[in-house]
Amino acid sequence: MSRLQVVSGKGGTGKTTVAAALALALAKEGKRTLLVEVEGRQGIAQLFETEALPYEERKIAVAPGGGEVYALAIDPELALLDYLQMFYKLGSAGRALKKLGAIDFATTIAPGLRDVLLTGKACEAVRRKERSGRFTYDYVVMDAPPTGRITRFLNVNDEVAGLAKIGPIHNQAQAVMRVLKSPETAVHLVTLLEEMPVQETVDGIAELRSARLPVGRIIVNMVRPEVLDTADLELLRSVPRSTVARSLSSAGLGGARRGGHAERLVDPLLTQAEEYSERYTLEHEQRAVLAELGLPLHELPLFAEGMDLAGLYELARELREQGVS
Amino acid sequence: MSRPDPAHTHDPARHLAPAAVLDVDPLLADPKTRIVVCCGSGGVGKTTTAAALGLRAAERGRKVVVLTIDPARRLAQSMGIDSLDNTPRRVKGIDDSAGGELHAMMLDMKRTFDEIVEAHADRERAAAILGNPFYQSLSAGFAGTQEYMAMEKLGQLRARDEWDLIVVDTPPSRSALDFLDAPKRLGSFLDGRLIRLLTAPAKLGGRAGMKFLNVGMSMMTGTLGKLLGGQLLKDVQTFVSAMDTTFGGFRTRADATYKLLQAPGTAFLVVAAPERDALREAAYFVERLAAEDMPLAGLVLNRVHGSGADGLSAERALAAAENLEEPGIVDQEGGKEGLRNSPDAYGSSDSPTSETPAHTSAPASEGGSPAVDAERSVDQLAAGLLRLHAERMQLLSREQRTRDRFTALHPEVAVTEVGALPGDVHDLVGLRDIGDRLAANERELPDPAEDPDAEAPDLPEASA
Repeated sequence: MSRLQVVSGKGGTGKTTVAAALALALAKEGKRTLLVEVEGRQGIAQLFETEALPYEERKIAVAPGGGEVYALAIDPELALLDYLQMFYKLGSAGRALKKLGAIDFATTIAPGLRDVLLTGKACEAVRRKERSGRFTYDYVVMDAPPTGRITRFLNVNDEVAGLAKIGPIHNQAQAVMRVLKSPETAVHLVTLLEEMPVQETVDGIAELRSARLPVGRIIVNMVRPEVLDTADLELLRSVPRSTVARSLSSAGLGGARRGGHAERLVDPLLTQAEEYSERYTLEHEQRAVLAELGLPLHELPLFAEGMDLAGLYELARELREQGVS
Repeated sequence: MSRPDPAHTHDPARHLAPAAVLDVDPLLADPKTRIVVCCGSGGVGKTTTAAALGLRAAERGRKVVVLTIDPARRLAQSMGIDSLDNTPRRVKGIDDSAGGELHAMMLDMKRTFDEIVEAHADRERAAAILGNPFYQSLSAGFAGTQEYMAMEKLGQLRARDEWDLIVVDTPPSRSALDFLDAPKRLGSFLDGRLIRLLTAPAKLGGRAGMKFLNVGMSMMTGTLGKLLGGQLLKDVQTFVSAMDTTFGGFRTRADATYKLLQAPGTAFLVVAAPERDALREAAYFVERLAAEDMPLAGLVLNRVHGSGADGLSAERALAAAENLEEPGIVDQEGGKEGLRNSPDAYGSSDSPTSETPAHTSAPASEGGSPAVDAERSVDQLAAGLLRLHAERMQLLSREQRTRDRFTALHPEVAVTEVGALPGDVHDLVGLRDIGDRLAANERELPDPAEDPDAEAPDLPEASA
């Protein structure tokens, strides 16, 4: 399986949560994963209920079965200083550059340099080995920028290699591209069963494919429970209101003689069922659209009360059961 | 799956004094309102809200332009703005009996940037800038370019003075800050010390007190040259010097846009959904706007759920559902409540049709007369309806809690609520409906003052 797992998705689909769950799922017995954050939002720290992550790899969780999850929030400025140090042994000169705003310049304005540093750092972690010869991390999971930007983000090294035709940045960009376009990498897209996220997923996959970046899985997040099935919805169309009222009454919700409580419940309950039915149909349509993409498709449940650490572990278990690790 | 939270399900004691109500109609009707900015985190319906407000104002007689950033494709198509030509297009099919007009456009960030260059440089210089690889990357990809260009476009539209109301949708930034900060950031960068160093080293070198800068500069260009490769650095320098002369007033422009946002004719609407993260972001935005002296009109709370039967609590509905499910089903497996509510536990072979693609493996009924089966499936349906209702009531109470929390922190913010729709909005009819809901100020959340057994309110939250 690919050792660099990139997780993208439209904003609001829960890609950070899915990336974190995936890192946990991949950390099976004896394995070690690194969860990488590139957008400086500290979403990982929030999910794991720890303080903000520094620019440093640190262990944040032990997965079910004993594997370890490390996390790293990549700070592009510090990553650049890292590189300067690595290539030029620039200590104080690096600080001088920072003072001048050069670092700020290089990481926010220079074309794609920021992205090169971010992907470069992740690729470095993928390739890093211990003295014993084993990889430091069995898997690196990246909580990547959203679908709309992911292709550009991953492909920026191509662009930079073209812009910087010589020099260490050029070499670095090419080395990163070799990892990103190989089977070592898989880009997963997180979506919801709603029209816009699905459309964006379809578009995103087309873009990734045309850039020859390896597309992995589609993960449908926050799937709502099925309360009424197709047969129920079918029956809903023909069932007499009085029959439903009788049924409600027999369940202890008051009969016609006691003020008609059950009677009065029927309409609002049927209205809610109508809404459910409409959404159910829409969700089925979106599922069909996703199925046509011909990629492995996974579904994760909605946690109505919001995501917390326990929920995260549950998602990780779900991902393992669905065979993603 | 949902963890019931009985303590809060329907607890009038927790209900705070309702927030001030945001009335959008007077805001839209007031000729002094010239700009409405819809902001908030991604995925809360900002674009739809902006479009609906624009349509509503236009149908009430104003000449409106809506600037959208990244509309859903079908919505853009329905408004006729799916072609990226970066100019406002008149939207057809609106009710113009009040004399209003609706124009709309979708922001093309790169095109907007190119236009600035073309407008501020002579042809030769413009061509040099547009062809510079550094410019091409900056205009297409710099984090914040989209935010900056949205503000730039807003300034342009305002300057044209062809519309009496501009409604702006803001980019789906990763944080609320980006949109307010981007003009300053790009402006200060382009006006910055580094740019000056790169563009005019000789000038600086001659001045007293600038020596250290000069040393720093030669070291820096040397380093950058090694790091990036000579050609790139040359491209950067060419670009920067071209930009510098062209964009002399970048900061001035950024400042002007910023002041425009603070001006009395501007109204900010923070858009959110009644979810924890969205409202947290909204609260953050409210605080930020206050700190920047930006005029906040109120909060638009989208996707609020209601129920026509809010007198029936989640607990009672679940208990009743259990009553219905228990007696009839002989071999039901226990504890299958919750996620994927055991579709296979409902015998569906006796339903009116056998079209059950998802569950074709449903077991045959366990015998018994058809009448008994029919009754049981109605019971099952009723149980399903009750479970659905319980889910809805739990959702309602969660929404009430997150909303109360926001109100407690920001009681001064006027709020309007818009009911949840089962699907997306694709056309003017849908937008008009949203507009009605925006203006209606109905209480979608259960009002605890009401008799819990009272007749259901007549407007459930969905439309067909």
